[in-house]
Amino acid sequence: MEPIKTVEGRAYPLGVKNVDTDMIIAAKWLKGITRSGLGKGAFEAMRADPGNVFDDPEYAGSPILIAGDNFGCGSSREHAAWALIDMGVKVVIAPSFSDIFSGNAFKNGILTVALPQEAIDRLLEVAKTDPIHVDLEAQSVTTSFQDRFQFEIDPFRKSCLLGGLDEIGLTLSSTASIDAYEKDRESQQPWLTPELA
Amino acid sequence: MTQPRTLYEKIWDAHVVERRDDGTCLVYIDRHLVHEVTSPQAFEGLRIAGRKVRRPDLTLAVPDHNLPTTARLDGAGNRLPIADPESAQQLAALERNAPEFGIKYIGATDAEQGIVHVVGPEQGFTLPGTTLVCGDSHTAAHGALGALAFGIGTSEVEHVLATQTLLLKPSKTMEIRVEGELGPGVTPKDVILHVIGVIGTAGGTGHVIEYRGKVFEEMSIEGRLTVSNMSIEGGARAGLFAPDEKTFAYVKGRPMAPKGADWDAAVAYWKTLATDEGASFDRSVVIDAADIAPSVTWGTSPEDVVSITSTVPAPESFADASKRAAAQKALDYMGLTAGQRMQDVTIDHVFIGSCTNSRIEDMRAAAAVVKGRKVASRIKQALIVPGSGLVKRQAEQEGLDRIFIDAGFEWREPGCSMCLAMNPDKVPAGERCASTSNRNFMGRQGPGARTHLVSPAMAAAAAITGHLTDIREFAEGEAA
Repeated sequence: MEPIKTVEGRAYPLGVKNVDTDMIIAAKWLKGITRSGLGKGAFEAMRADPGNVFDDPEYAGSPILIAGDNFGCGSSREHAAWALIDMGVKVVIAPSFSDIFSGNAFKNGILTVALPQEAIDRLLEVAKTDPIHVDLEAQSVTTSFQDRFQFEIDPFRKSCLLGGLDEIGLTLSSTASIDAYEKDRESQQPWLTPELA
Repeated sequence: MTQPRTLYEKIWDAHVVERRDDGTCLVYIDRHLVHEVTSPQAFEGLRIAGRKVRRPDLTLAVPDHNLPTTARLDGAGNRLPIADPESAQQLAALERNAPEFGIKYIGATDAEQGIVHVVGPEQGFTLPGTTLVCGDSHTAAHGALGALAFGIGTSEVEHVLATQTLLLKPSKTMEIRVEGELGPGVTPKDVILHVIGVIGTAGGTGHVIEYRGKVFEEMSIEGRLTVSNMSIEGGARAGLFAPDEKTFAYVKGRPMAPKGADWDAAVAYWKTLATDEGASFDRSVVIDAADIAPSVTWGTSPEDVVSITSTVPAPESFADASKRAAAQKALDYMGLTAGQRMQDVTIDHVFIGSCTNSRIEDMRAAAAVVKGRKVASRIKQALIVPGSGLVKRQAEQEGLDRIFIDAGFEWREPGCSMCLAMNPDKVPAGERCASTSNRNFMGRQGPGARTHLVSPAMAAAAAITGHLTDIREFAEGEAA
């Protein structure tokens, strides 16, 4: 996983509320068996609208996306995160995120930044003309107009994102605890192990 | 004396392997369901890293999402090919991955095949008090049996396969109580649609919902599965019902359920799980059952719910500016105008199925409406898709398939079907579907498709009349 420290660049000023994972990547794009190449299917329905932000040359290749409340609601498809990565988005800024999406984003090295609606409104304005600067270490979003917005992030997620750490590898270092838990469970609740025919 | 705890807290506490300083816990996972769409990249990841599946015996794989629901065998019993090469490739990947990693696999042509969330409870794989995950957000359904069940992404699927654990932060708790008696024609689907209308699609974000009170206690297990299934549509990753005698009766004797002395020990444990007297919830929502009518969605979010006797709301009626804009966009997409009576909305397609409403009680409810009647001539396609091969067989033994076929419905093979436009069952652009599924997002049932979420009885009634129909008037007016 790519470590993420600072991200600076233009941002897609999407601003839409309740962007669900079907909008990010429609079901017809879920049929692959690898994680790559989904950027071309990202936001397909929105891109059918002339004047959409994704096809506006002004924002081409932006590493940041700014959206409305409840971003990533709906399905658990991790393809939504893979599609964003594939189109080059490293940071999504919104007032709130769905639980499943924010977990999927984190596991793929995408930083989700939750900021109040007023901050989002201001950033949407700035994004139309100027770049935005996100600093994970400092937990801040800044602009060249002296705007500075601090954000909260779970310390564990922060350190994983900064270090580009593999979560499975980290958990496997706890194998002894998992073994002990399983042993205990097997003796107390043996019926939890199903008899598979 | 220990602190009173909620059902959620009891299940959580029993599964903590390690607790980190920041509150993150390594949580043990008792059950893992795997399907063809969200697993290939997880198995690919294991293979690349040279990792094995830690507990293949706690994992069950079954294809459902992109399997066509047309016949799977030809007259001679040979398997028919899947026309779409990408679907065929995903199915082939699961057929290869399951045996390679030692996982029990229910195949596309097996009698037990079906939608993962129908198969899990049906096989006794889903048990009260367990943690259960699947790479699908409607995993919330299994909470009906008192399992802490939630959807995960593919990286988490890989994490569970490799470690049988997940790194999680505890959720907040939320109780939803429905007090009083449900009115005639009001089904579990109407209850959950109404609840989502009240709390909104982000209302349960960060929470696990426990459904409490008399209405939920009296509800059948299959009704509870419908309710818990749509917890995610209210933003909650999981829903829960306290296991009770109905739960035990449902689970008992199922193929993978505990037997003999194990069964008695399990039931004794399950009886300790109910929320303690005096335990507190972070949030409480109380709804009067009398306020719940047979419900229908008008827009493109599951929170866009009204009573079937209502009219299409005007965008100006919403206080929030962004909701006003969203409502206008939804009406444009749906081809509806503010003030139009919901019952006047004509329908082109009917879909009865999905992990929300494809169990035997749903089939019976639809059949009771359809019996002796014909699908309206304006309906282009009326699909009934049982949730599993066992539901299908049961329905056929009860003669329900004849009722549907005689009325003009298509009786299909089990799968996710028209819920999500990943298989050949789709609603064409601009056409309108009365659907018992769970999401009315733009394009969910096909690009440009217009979805109205309803109960099985209301979907069946819409098929007969050709428009959205109040099941109460239908039953009284025409059934006699």
